[in-house]
Amino acid sequence: MNSSPLPLEIHDLTVSYHRRPVLYGVDLEIEEGSLVGVIGPNGAGKTTLIKTIMGIVPSSGGWVKIFGQKGKKSYTRVGYVPQRESVDWDFPVSVLDVVLMGRFAHVGWLKRVSKKDRSIASECLEKVNMLAFAGRQIGKLSGGQQQRVFLARALAQESDLYLMDEPFAGVDAVTEDAIIELLRELKNRGKTLIVVHHDLSNAKDYFDQLILLNMRLIAHGEVEKTFTKDLLQKTYGGRLTVFTEIADHAANTQTSDQVTHNYL
Amino acid sequence: MNGNFFQFSRLFSALFFFFLTCNLKAEQVSENTTIFLKTVRFLSLTDYSVQIVLLGVIFMGFGCGLMGGFVVTRKLSLFGDTLSHAVLPGVAVGFLWSQSKNSISILVGAMIAGFLGVFLISLIKKTTKVRLDSALGLVLSGFYAIGICLLTRIQKMEFGNQSGIDRYLFGQITGLSSTDVWGMGISCLLIVLITILLYKEMLLTGFDPGFARSVGLPVDLLQYLLWMLLAFSVITSLQVVGVILVSALLIIPAATASIITQKMKGLLLWSATLGVSAGIFGTYLSFLGNQLPTGPLIVLTSTLFFILILLFHTENGILFKWLHSRGREQKISVENTLKAVYQELEKVSFSNDTITISDLAKRRRINMPEAHKEAKNLVRKHFAFLLKKENITLPNEDTLSLTPDGWGEACRIVRNHRLWELYLTNEVQYAPDHVHEDAEKIEHILGDVTVRKIERILSNPRMDPHGKLIPSQQDIEKGYIDKKLVRVL
Repeated sequence: MNSSPLPLEIHDLTVSYHRRPVLYGVDLEIEEGSLVGVIGPNGAGKTTLIKTIMGIVPSSGGWVKIFGQKGKKSYTRVGYVPQRESVDWDFPVSVLDVVLMGRFAHVGWLKRVSKKDRSIASECLEKVNMLAFAGRQIGKLSGGQQQRVFLARALAQESDLYLMDEPFAGVDAVTEDAIIELLRELKNRGKTLIVVHHDLSNAKDYFDQLILLNMRLIAHGEVEKTFTKDLLQKTYGGRLTVFTEIADHAANTQTSDQVTHNYL
Repeated sequence: MNGNFFQFSRLFSALFFFFLTCNLKAEQVSENTTIFLKTVRFLSLTDYSVQIVLLGVIFMGFGCGLMGGFVVTRKLSLFGDTLSHAVLPGVAVGFLWSQSKNSISILVGAMIAGFLGVFLISLIKKTTKVRLDSALGLVLSGFYAIGICLLTRIQKMEFGNQSGIDRYLFGQITGLSSTDVWGMGISCLLIVLITILLYKEMLLTGFDPGFARSVGLPVDLLQYLLWMLLAFSVITSLQVVGVILVSALLIIPAATASIITQKMKGLLLWSATLGVSAGIFGTYLSFLGNQLPTGPLIVLTSTLFFILILLFHTENGILFKWLHSRGREQKISVENTLKAVYQELEKVSFSNDTITISDLAKRRRINMPEAHKEAKNLVRKHFAFLLKKENITLPNEDTLSLTPDGWGEACRIVRNHRLWELYLTNEVQYAPDHVHEDAEKIEHILGDVTVRKIERILSNPRMDPHGKLIPSQQDIEKGYIDKKLVRVL
């Protein structure tokens, strides 16, 4: 047993949107140096899980510990790649500006980014092969290039734990290979990566561990043990329809989240 | 330099003399001299009212310009409008409270009403499924209606008659007191301070609030701070331009700036500069004409700047884009004519060095006047010269002959076309009958570097997929193509 705290520990996490439960009592423990894929059908709460860990979405029960810490202080140890659609790409910022945003947590309030921050940002751009575009307005990039800029920003955070929401969405095959190579390199350097992924066909090859999610944690473990017909059917199949119905029901009645949660 | 200075001083003395004579004949001042006199009075800042008003509009333009930069990039343009309408009931209540035009109580009332409006908007957004734009419209019209009711009541009260409270509706700059200008100055200073101190935090929360939260920034707090500054600038500008036009001060300079630049810093600076310039120029215009209100003139000036930049900006302006595309079309047309001439010469295996205009018309599938026009275009560019039929024996028609420059260009364009066709068939596996259309477009945009690259890939080919000669660099330099070579190929 390792004495240092786990990169990510989640206990009985429950999240609701407008009283509609999205995640029920999720327990997770992720060990250092793992490359973990999060898979599950649409609406399974994959993005919600990531956003709750990052404190973007409030939870209605349970707790999250990052390297043994709860709350805001722990966020500086996490690099985050949101979904590409989550921002306005017409915003007047350049590629380098966006990557520099990854340094803000290190720079601190009221201070300006230093030369060192700039050189780190440039190095990160170099790693994703986007340095040539540093001065370009972000709206003038292709989808794959935008994704790589987000990746570079997360790299610039110099974190130990990375959370990535669909980094392969809308990316061509060459970029996808480059990204997965980068993820493996990070993993080999002892970083922990949790990646939301929607493509089952290559999930097995990309990750060491899988989290199967459909409102509840279906399974978590080594790919060989979790990427099984039985578990996948449980995640994607119809056995959980009752579960979904109850959730819809809860959204339409006055029952509080907690009651629904206990009831289930 | 010396000459310039001399001219300048002469101009100055002439103006001074003009000014003197105008003064002498003050009784019969014409329209023009009034404008001149007023301009001098305006620029010399002798009037106290001009000083106060100018200072006010400079603060207002700068503050609103900066705020506008934040608001427009966050797609919250309508937010400023809502806020300006929402403060109206507060203005009325503040007035009722003090029973006079007391700036402080009105300011406090306006602030409270503004925050109530903002609070209601976020409440509606959080608890219902009403979308943001609808929520904004709802609060805007509701608060405005309450404000109008209250203001109408006030005007019917005994102390309300001379209150001038309606200035908040339509704006009126003449009654601007030094307290009001102080308010504008403080609000402007606060905005500048926050912009400098929290620039990177504001940039991140504006671009990617989710990410900002993930690095521990208090996104909501910063948003409220922004709204508070917005409320300050709206409320202090209210009496200059009125409730309805305040949002113009926020939106127009920032929208204009977004045509000019795509960097946040540049956008904020431009927006503030445009706001100040519009303020000064609008004030000047209203100073010239006695009966014209300042607020609307400032907004109109700002709109004029927008139109000017939209038309004449050197990169993104409409005029520039139009000229650019017209230039490109002309270039393509000239290149097509040159290609046609080349092809006609090639048809007779380069045994002749002139072609007739009717041949050109046939090749280009155009009528004679159009062919004459195209020929003239070549002549104007020094790519060809025209031999009038009066000066030659045969044929009984004007003929066209290429200059060395024209020959070079013609070879270049034909080479581009044929190289590209060959590249598509050999390297990209296109069928030979599919490549012509594509090459028709690509030939005009292939640069020298790409051409060299393709030549290297295809190891300097001499023949295109249709069995025609690809003119080489030597052919261009030589100025002609060997007849024998054409026949051999």
